[in-house]
Amino acid sequence: MLTGQDMIGHADHPHHPRLQHHFYSMEQQLEASILGMWVFLVTEIMFFGGLFMAYIVYRTAYPEAWMASSHELNVYMGGANTLVLICSSLTMALAVRSAQIGSRRGQIINLILTIVFGVTFLVVKYFEYKAKFDHGLVPGPHWDPHEVLANGSLAPLSLPLGSQIFFSLYFIMTGIHAAHMVAGVVLMLIILVMAWKGRFSADYYGPVEISGLYWHFVDIVWIFLFPLLYLLGFHFGGPPV
Amino acid sequence: MHQVVSTPVRQSYLDAPYGVAAWLLTKDHKRIAVLYMISIAIMFSLGAVFAAGVRAELLTPKGDLLSADMYNKLFTMHGVVMVFFFLVPSIPATLGNFLIPIMCGTKDLAFPRINLLSWYLYIIGGLIVLATAVNGGLDTGWTFYTPYSSQSSPTNVTVAVFGVFVAGFSSILTGFNFIVTVHRMRAPGLTWFRLPLFVWAHYATSLVMILGTPVIAITVLLVGLERALHLGIFDPKVGGDPVLMQHLFWFYSHPAVYIMILPGMGVISELVAAVSRKQIFGYGFVAFSSLAIAVIGFLVWGHHLFLSSQSIYAGLVFSFISMLVAVPSAVKTFNWTATMYKGSVTWESPTYFVIGFMGLFTIGGLTGLFLATMGMDVALHDTYFVIAHFHYIMVGGAVMAFMGGLHFWWPKMFGKLYPEAWAKACAILIFIGFNLTFFPQFVLGYLGMPRRYYSYPDELQVWNVLSTAGATILGLGYILPMIYLTYSLFKGANAPANPWGAKGLEWTTASPPPTFNFEAPVVVDEPAYNYRPSGEVIVG
Repeated sequence: MLTGQDMIGHADHPHHPRLQHHFYSMEQQLEASILGMWVFLVTEIMFFGGLFMAYIVYRTAYPEAWMASSHELNVYMGGANTLVLICSSLTMALAVRSAQIGSRRGQIINLILTIVFGVTFLVVKYFEYKAKFDHGLVPGPHWDPHEVLANGSLAPLSLPLGSQIFFSLYFIMTGIHAAHMVAGVVLMLIILVMAWKGRFSADYYGPVEISGLYWHFVDIVWIFLFPLLYLLGFHFGGPPV
Repeated sequence: MHQVVSTPVRQSYLDAPYGVAAWLLTKDHKRIAVLYMISIAIMFSLGAVFAAGVRAELLTPKGDLLSADMYNKLFTMHGVVMVFFFLVPSIPATLGNFLIPIMCGTKDLAFPRINLLSWYLYIIGGLIVLATAVNGGLDTGWTFYTPYSSQSSPTNVTVAVFGVFVAGFSSILTGFNFIVTVHRMRAPGLTWFRLPLFVWAHYATSLVMILGTPVIAITVLLVGLERALHLGIFDPKVGGDPVLMQHLFWFYSHPAVYIMILPGMGVISELVAAVSRKQIFGYGFVAFSSLAIAVIGFLVWGHHLFLSSQSIYAGLVFSFISMLVAVPSAVKTFNWTATMYKGSVTWESPTYFVIGFMGLFTIGGLTGLFLATMGMDVALHDTYFVIAHFHYIMVGGAVMAFMGGLHFWWPKMFGKLYPEAWAKACAILIFIGFNLTFFPQFVLGYLGMPRRYYSYPDELQVWNVLSTAGATILGLGYILPMIYLTYSLFKGANAPANPWGAKGLEWTTASPPPTFNFEAPVVVDEPAYNYRPSGEVIVG
């Protein structure tokens, strides 16, 4: 609830302290910020879109390579990450809600949880990548695929033509996604500091809302990546049962 | 600051706040437009120097002035600098940044700090690309085709594509700022259909910028990653397809040419209405044609791949749609002509640029249809015919429109009048020089001279010499405004608020405008281009 004490700035036209001068009202500022974030997310869709296009073209060309390579990915780690991200989107939405109703405690708890989930995702990703490197599933001059046998030893693995491209796309797509997650975690830390200082209220919660939009977008990209990269070869691509 | 004026000194955006830091850390869209103007002029000059090297070599049939490698680097840098660092930002970042908030009746763009960030990204991207020019060079052509760019080229491709990547974000941020501004910050009474067509054109351009630029960002990133990490997306040895890069590249780069021309068309709409003192004929058609060009422009990229093993059936579809994209452009040209018909046209310097644009853009557009015809393109692809076609549109069209707009709004932006006689002479010089440079190139293309070659058969020399002679005249035509426009800043007469007697919100405020654009809040109650039928003109 905005009181007289909240109206600072200029005696001739008192306004909310967070109103930027080229806007005539907080409402216009909020609407412009939200529209701006949606437009930015459209550009991100186009950015990832090029990669999805490459995925579609090469999957059509190399279906066996796609299935065999996807089979080598760790569905359990990928699935755990999916769950982690979905939970983080829940806590993010709760953080936005807390800002809208002016609950400082709610904002802080939910933002911290969101950050923890985001960092968990990145940690799991690190172990996933490490396993790929250990098994030689890195495209380029160090391509040397190996699989883990039942007795724990490594044996050379023969993958069809096109598998290097699958793994190139795997690393590039999940890598760029991870870079966006890192940016998201940094953004959430900034929002957390602002929330800690009590900046947000029912009259001013724009930054939390638009950060939430960004976070949900990064989550949704993963929701597309997970089935296309991991689930594809989960049942298929392995030795016949 | 010491100045002798006959009118009371008013605070404009140029005066306060004062100092280098106040300019480099400004949030004022007008100052950012001026920063862009200076940087773009520098980039244009560099791109012109690279072109001069190319044209000098082509004076003689043999490759005698430069080595083949050096020639490759020159035409590549000419293309990269001119496309990414001059044409794409030119009108939107200078005239668009300056005028869109004023034409919307508001104080600034939606996101002023992002506007400044966009300029810094442009500068950083430009410095990175220019650094590669002196450190390893770049010889892939501005099109970066794989596998040469991703595997074989010995030049500094990775760093150069990173520079293009950074500059792309400059473009995206400008477009995104315009879209939000037009949607959310129009003054009371300013409905969409009362907006000047300049704003409609920039809105359509911004749509293309935000949808297309991310695709080239990912494309050059993939080329860079393949080169640096040997990832093999486009490498046939591991199953990759180099033609996929061409598809991804042209998916942006074809809409990019609409980014380059749409703002120019917006400028021409403004100039035509002003010099004819008449409402634009078919305002609604012109507005929607901008959107149509933006949308259809995304569907034609395959016409660059007719000879790249694309399926003939796909080629037929792209050919047909490419013919369709000419229709909205033609609609605009007809409407501008109809506006001038029975208008009170006066021969001021902007009029010269308008007439020049109409003729040259028409030739450029029509020759595009030759190239869109798949059968003809088999003979004309990668010849000088293509080069002539796109230079007619980009230089004869977009740069002519930019020059016209720069002259038209110069008094508004800087509060000074430039010498009219020089401006008219410059317009004529550019027109003559341009045609002499590029018309012979249509002939050369028809006679089979390939592009990007530094030698050619002896019998083609006369056309090449004509072209180089024209280029010299054209260069002079571009140097002249740099001199007399700069001169006007110091010695020109002070400009009144409305020197052309034109309609438009920008002409209701002082020249140059105050920092917050208008002295009082703006309310709009009339349509755009509301010229009185009696021909009454109020100058001052």
